[in-house]
Formats: sequence, C-alpha cells, structure tokens
Amino acid sequence: MTWATAILDWFLGLQIYLPIAEVALNVFLLLGLGAGVGVLSGLFGVGGGFLLTPLLVFVGVPPAVAVATQSNQVVASSVSGVLAHWSRGNVDFKMGAVMLAGGMLGSSIGVAIFTLLRSLGQIDLVIAIAYVITLSGIGIMMGVESVRALRRTRRSMAPAKLHQHNWAQGLPFKMRFRKSRLYISALLPAGIGFVVGIMSAIMGVGGAFLLVPAMIYLLGMATGAVIGTSLFQIIFVQAWVTFWQANTNQTVDVLLALILTIGGVVGAQIGGRLGAKLPGEQLRFLMAIVILVTAAGLLYELVARPAELFSIVITGGGH
Amino acid sequence: MSAFRLIAAMLLMTVAGLHPARAQAPLIADLDDHLIAITTGFAGADVLLFGTTDGPGDVIVVVKGPVADVEVLRKERVGGIWINRKGLGFQNVPAVYMMASSKPLAALLPDDQRAFYQMGIENVRMVPVSPDDSDLKLFSQALIRAKQTSGLFSDQPARILFIGDRLFRVNLRVPSTVPTGTYLAEVYLVRDQKIVGAQTTPLVISKIGFGADIYDFAHRHSAAYGVIAILVALFAGWMAHLAFRRR
Repeated sequence: MTWATAILDWFLGLQIYLPIAEVALNVFLLLGLGAGVGVLSGLFGVGGGFLLTPLLVFVGVPPAVAVATQSNQVVASSVSGVLAHWSRGNVDFKMGAVMLAGGMLGSSIGVAIFTLLRSLGQIDLVIAIAYVITLSGIGIMMGVESVRALRRTRRSMAPAKLHQHNWAQGLPFKMRFRKSRLYISALLPAGIGFVVGIMSAIMGVGGAFLLVPAMIYLLGMATGAVIGTSLFQIIFVQAWVTFWQANTNQTVDVLLALILTIGGVVGAQIGGRLGAKLPGEQLRFLMAIVILVTAAGLLYELVARPAELFSIVITGGGH
Repeated sequence: MSAFRLIAAMLLMTVAGLHPARAQAPLIADLDDHLIAITTGFAGADVLLFGTTDGPGDVIVVVKGPVADVEVLRKERVGGIWINRKGLGFQNVPAVYMMASSKPLAALLPDDQRAFYQMGIENVRMVPVSPDDSDLKLFSQALIRAKQTSGLFSDQPARILFIGDRLFRVNLRVPSTVPTGTYLAEVYLVRDQKIVGAQTTPLVISKIGFGADIYDFAHRHSAAYGVIAILVALFAGWMAHLAFRRR
C-alpha cells in the first residue's frame, strides 16, 4: 500500500503559509473546514461563523485573525447566496435596507464595546457567555416551534397565523414591505438590525443565526424572503467590519478568507441540494439541535475545570 | 544540496584545521544558511549547524529568538465559571529557545554555569515584573509549559553528532510558527566541566515573496488593504455564483 501512503503524505504535506495569521496550515484541512460549514449554511441559510471561528482557533489561527478573516469570508459567501436568492426573487431589498440602517449603527457600537472589553482583558469570557446565552435561547425557541409545527402538519390542521397583533402594531413609521407581506413600523426591522449588529461585531459572526429567527418569529416575515434578505444586509455590515478590522488591527487574512470561501461555496451547494430534499420543519429542528449542542459545548468549557489554567499573551516587544 | 554544501564546508574546515596558523581557534562553527525565508509554502525549516574543534571535547548549542514581554494569566473559578483572574508579567522572554548538546547537559557543566549561560529550558532568563509574588514559580513554569506546547521552546534537546572527535553537526528544527527577527546561535566547547571556547553566529528569519508583500501592504496601507479585501470577497462571491448557477 505504498501508493496510498504516498498520496496521504502528499495531502498531509500540502501546507500553505498564511501571511497575516503567520502560521502554515494544511490546504485541505482549511478547504474541509470551509466546506463543512458551507454545508450547514446551505442547509440552514446561516453563515456558520459561530462554528467556524472556534474551529479556526482550534487548528492554530490566532483568535483576532480568525474573527476578522471570518467577516471577510462572510462577505463572499453572502454575495453568492444573495445572487442565488435574488434570481429566484427572494430578496426584500426595502426590508434589507431598513435593517441595514440599524445594523451599521449597531455594529459601530459593537466595535466600540469590543475594544473596551479587550482593554479590560475579558473579551474571551464575554464572547463565550454571549454565545451560550444567544445560542441556547435561539435553540430552545426553534426546537419548540419546529416540534409544534411537526405535530401540526401531522394533524393537518390549524394553519399558522399570518399577522401578530401586539404592542408592536402601535409603533410609528409604518411601512409596507410587499415581498415580506408585512405592514409594520420601520422601527422593528431597524431595531433588530441594530441589536444583531452589536452582537455580530462582538461575537465576530455574520449574525444570520440571530437574524433569521428574529425575522421569522419577531417580525413574522414570509419565510421565503427571510434568508435572501438577511444575507443582503449581512454583506454590507460585514464589509464594514472587514474594513474596520483591516484598518485598525491588520488582522484580515485575505488568503485564508479565499481558501475558506472556495471550500464554503462548494459545501453550500451540497447543503442546498440536501436541504431541498428535507421539509422545512425537520430542517429547523435539525438546526435547533446543532445550535443547542454548540451552546452546551461552550457552556461546558466555561464551567468545567480547564486542563490548563494558565494562558500567555504577548504584551510588548521587549526592552 | 545542503548535504553537498556540508561536505564541501567540512572538507574546507578539515584542511583549515590542519593548517598550523589556524589551529589556534578551539572552536569554529557555522550554519548552512543564515537566512530562513518564510514564503507561502513555508512549513518550518531545518537548519544545519556544523563545525570543528581543536581536539576531543563536548559541544553545546543554544539558539534564542528575539525577546518580547509576556503576560501569564491564570483562570480561577468565580461563581461556577472559570475566568482569567490573576496575571503576572515577564519581560524579555525569548520568542524561541532551542538547545542541543553532544552529551546530556548535567554531565557536561555544573549547575551555576548552566544557569549563567541559560542552558536548558529551566534556565531561560525571564525578568518578572513583580519579583516578590508568591506564585512566581507557578507562573514562570506555566509560561515555559505554554511555549513548549506551541513548539517554540524545544523540550527535547537535539543531539549533536561527532564525526571523529573534531567534526560535529546538528540539525535544528525551526517550527512554522516562528516569529521573524534576528536569532543568535551560541556554540560552546566544553572540556572537564569548563567552557574552553565559544562562538556566536546569527540567523535571520524573515518573510520573503508574495506572503511578505501581502503582510507589508496590510500594515503600510491598512485602509487600502481593507478595501481590496472587500473587493476580493465580492468578486469571489460573484464567481462562486456564476460557477454554480442552475442552468
């Protein structure tokens, strides 16, 4: 079996030096990571940054570079996603623009909070806690809803409500969003964009895993346009975050982003084809499980005694 | 190719060693390459250190990288969660530390000499910011442990091989995570528990080629780099869409 080991050696030996991350990593490992997360994004319509960032850190990319490069890669994957949804008429540009206004403001504030927390030395802790809280909240919400929906379809009765009547109906600046089939206050989508903007800047993710549930459950948007519209607004918010990270921290690795993008788009195609064969409720149930497992893993890391209590940080250039 | 260079260099040195005028220097050592270029394909490198002595003896090699200030943080349990609580700073910690010897170190030199010349990982000099702290030992050990885990302090000293009793050679493994800068390789000749000869030779590790250009550009023209990064991502996304568009 010498030929097999020779091929294996070749695969294992194909290292690429990442100029900004300043480490050499296996090309196929990086392509595989991108593809794996791409499959998830194709299946569920989320970027998967909440999984990719910790994975990149695990294989040796410095956390600051992983977070910033992730933003750059999200721009690429969101563009290809939006174009696909646009060609099927599944992007509500008006809704996206209103959310974007809130998103730009929110991510600016999020970036300021990030800088403050880093100077206090507790950014990692805050990121981890933010992940645990948001992921478990969303996971439980989605899980419960999808189980309810599955039961409903089994009994084949009681269709879902189209309009929710609550306090939000009384808010000013009402706008008609035709593609989303909504007549609501512009403050609602702008507010969602704002909150998710803050979260995505702090957590270093695109935020689709926050946006998509918020648009479905809080706005009550028609599900067809949800993914395309969220991707549309993510492009701009993440392009802005990329620019800011490159400008102030020099932590955007273009080469790493490109490799992850190549893996990601192939994975997204596979995920998209898999997703077309599965009904929506089951898909959402699956996603709820993925999110809850991630949250449980992060919670365990916070609570369990770490194998190594000490960590080191380079603080200066020496004297 | 480096093997060929080694043979040529060793032949030259053997001739030089036989020459009466050159027989004065107790130790001559060199590296097969004084420049390690970090290119896009860089996955670590091997550096060959070789040399000759004026007679039987043992050789110790210490390689140290550029120094930096380091903060060591310790996690403590607060309200059920493990968070970074205590931090101790250390100054002038070498980024990289490698060591090699022809015999186990303890057999070659007494403790005080080893400590003075920073031979062995336990003797690497790190200046604590607060030297009176009761946990100092714990934190400095943790720093060494972290450096070992990342492969920057080699805990398995390489063995220097002698060819006859005058020619020696050792292969030093440089990991892919090395920081750039000027490194120093110190070579010592030891006889009867004493250092009888020493030589220092520099090793420069620097980024070269496409990767270096990207790094330079990212640091010198950060705003333009950011814009380009976005444009590359937009283009890559568009190409991906074209490639997989349903026909």
